[in-house]
Amino acid sequence: MSMIFGVPLAVLAGQLLIGVINGAFYALLSLGLAVIFGLLKIINFAHGAMYMLGAMSTVILFDALGVNYWVALFVAPLLVGAVGVLIEYFLLRRIAGQDHIYSLLLTFGVALLLQGVLTNIYGVSGLRYSMPDIFQGGMKLGFMFLPYYRLWVIVIALLVCFGTWFMIEKTKLGAYLRAGTEDSQLMQGFGINVPLLISLTYGFGVMLAAFAGVLAAPIYSVTPVMGSHILITVFAVVVIGGMGSIGGAIITGILMGVIEGLTKTFYPPASSAVIFLVMVIVLMFRPSGLFGKEA
Amino acid sequence: MTMMKKLLTSAVATAMMVGGAQAAISDNTVKIGYLADMSGTYRDLAGPNGMKALEMAVADFGGKVSGATIEVVSADDRNSADVASSTVRRWVENDKVDLVAGLVASSVSIAVSDILEENDKLGIISGSAASSITNEHCTPNHIHYVYDTYPLANGTASAVVKEGGKTWYILTADYAFGHALEADVTRVVEANGGEVIGTLRHPFPTPDFSSFILQAQASGADVVALANAGADTTNAINTASEFGVTQSGQTLAALLLFLTDVHALGVDAAQGIQLTTGWYWDMNDETRAWSDRFEKETGVRPTMVHAGIYSSTMQYLKAVEATGSDDAQTVRQKMMDTPINDMFAKNGKIRVDGRMVHDMYLAEVKTPAESKGEWDLYKILRTIPADEAYRPLSESKCPLVTSK
Repeated sequence: MSMIFGVPLAVLAGQLLIGVINGAFYALLSLGLAVIFGLLKIINFAHGAMYMLGAMSTVILFDALGVNYWVALFVAPLLVGAVGVLIEYFLLRRIAGQDHIYSLLLTFGVALLLQGVLTNIYGVSGLRYSMPDIFQGGMKLGFMFLPYYRLWVIVIALLVCFGTWFMIEKTKLGAYLRAGTEDSQLMQGFGINVPLLISLTYGFGVMLAAFAGVLAAPIYSVTPVMGSHILITVFAVVVIGGMGSIGGAIITGILMGVIEGLTKTFYPPASSAVIFLVMVIVLMFRPSGLFGKEA
Repeated sequence: MTMMKKLLTSAVATAMMVGGAQAAISDNTVKIGYLADMSGTYRDLAGPNGMKALEMAVADFGGKVSGATIEVVSADDRNSADVASSTVRRWVENDKVDLVAGLVASSVSIAVSDILEENDKLGIISGSAASSITNEHCTPNHIHYVYDTYPLANGTASAVVKEGGKTWYILTADYAFGHALEADVTRVVEANGGEVIGTLRHPFPTPDFSSFILQAQASGADVVALANAGADTTNAINTASEFGVTQSGQTLAALLLFLTDVHALGVDAAQGIQLTTGWYWDMNDETRAWSDRFEKETGVRPTMVHAGIYSSTMQYLKAVEATGSDDAQTVRQKMMDTPINDMFAKNGKIRVDGRMVHDMYLAEVKTPAESKGEWDLYKILRTIPADEAYRPLSESKCPLVTSK
């Protein structure tokens, strides 16, 4: 078998594929952050908590009401999105126009609050969620065993990412959104309800996080603290991609998944740090990120 | 008159002295501080429910010992040695706490036992894993009660090697606890004729294990061992199940796994995993009866840590009762002199290094077909006798042992 730096080619191929799958996750999460920052200029530190709420509500809906995975895929993001709209309406609106640091602190507080309350109710060991039957098992690719569910995650995550990018960059609604956040008074003059638009945009970004949470429920431990670990990584991805760049978030997400996967193969202990290393290097040469507009 | 006064005074003084000797329990209160992770990673295996177990012991004593009131206070150490140190310092220096119980993260336990030694108070550690707590970090002021890394490696690793798992691949959490466990396991595997063909140090914590599990699969080792704990272990097991590790013929060995972890995973994902435990709720009528009481209080079945907290608190209170004293050394000596026979341990013994040695158990997680309920999770495969399970005193580096 041919080897690359002491790693068999087949193993490397498997790792690359896993990297892309994880990258799709990062892309989905950082996309929501980028939407919220790009359009609303809110640094949403509650994003990890919203991802957690997506996963937790999937499990809770199933346990309490028998809601299955497919229904949860729609219902959980809608519920969490509604929570997002409430947070925007009652809290974030009050600090609109203030320095970014206020939104950061406020959303961080909200995240801690949610995490604390749910920890008291559900503990930290994790809630159990079974893989839907249709995804049991996987296929043998020769170089690795690929669970069907991972394949599904990559397909659906990329579809949602592309759909979101398309809606914001290429449709009329997207144009309103961008214009509304650019010059809200002008848009209001045109008879567009800008505050509503902002609430809905925040809710939509939150929905993307919750959707990633639903996708995560069958494969990761569902716990009230699951969002806090991933949040910082996702922030790094957004910074590397360029704060607010929608396409940048998606591409960087996948790229970082792959880089992390390769690190896990060649030098595992560095795998949690490699994304931050990339961030440092990128910021040194391109302070506004890979795909960000020069300020 | 003067004579009379003298007589009276001396009578009163004598009476006071006699009274003082009878009530050798300082300020007529036995105060227990319960310190544990109440909100973080180790919350469920010890945490608030450990406090309930402790309160059960106090209630079983009627809230009084040797005529003195038993008082319980608690605090969240947030898994921080700093937070724990300042709390315990305040407890022993200002709040007259006699015993510190709970104690989960090994770093916390080691920091706290130093402060207890300085102030000559007593600590009983129920949740920590590091075997160094009664080895190089031993003090005359603490007792390590439930389990440690020595039997974890001894029990699981030697059993799995003897069953034919000759080649091992170890996934290790990249910090002190993981390294120690990896070293212990390697020693045991090699001593039993097996071989460690690869180790992989993963960052702590790691939410996604897919890449590491793939590497473990590609290694072709008979056994994939997990030298990590908590969420890392459950995530790794989940991923191993998703990627069909056991279906493809490899054995999964989790070196530290609590009942709450297995409950969270469910038998589907965890079935067939072998583990070492200090206690299991469904071993006999006595353990079941106590666990029923515990479940009434908390809504969940107890882990070995919860049971250990109850048992050790009882052992402590009995020693206070017997000696009529809350002096740390008097009580510790009495605890050492009294074998432990309760729902937690049979013929358990506290050694001079503070290690409570008792039988440990090799267990296997049941299959979905075998499991009759949400907490019906383990089959006990083998009892590991106390002498075999723990580090023998002849190998001890504890000054209390070596200076003798």
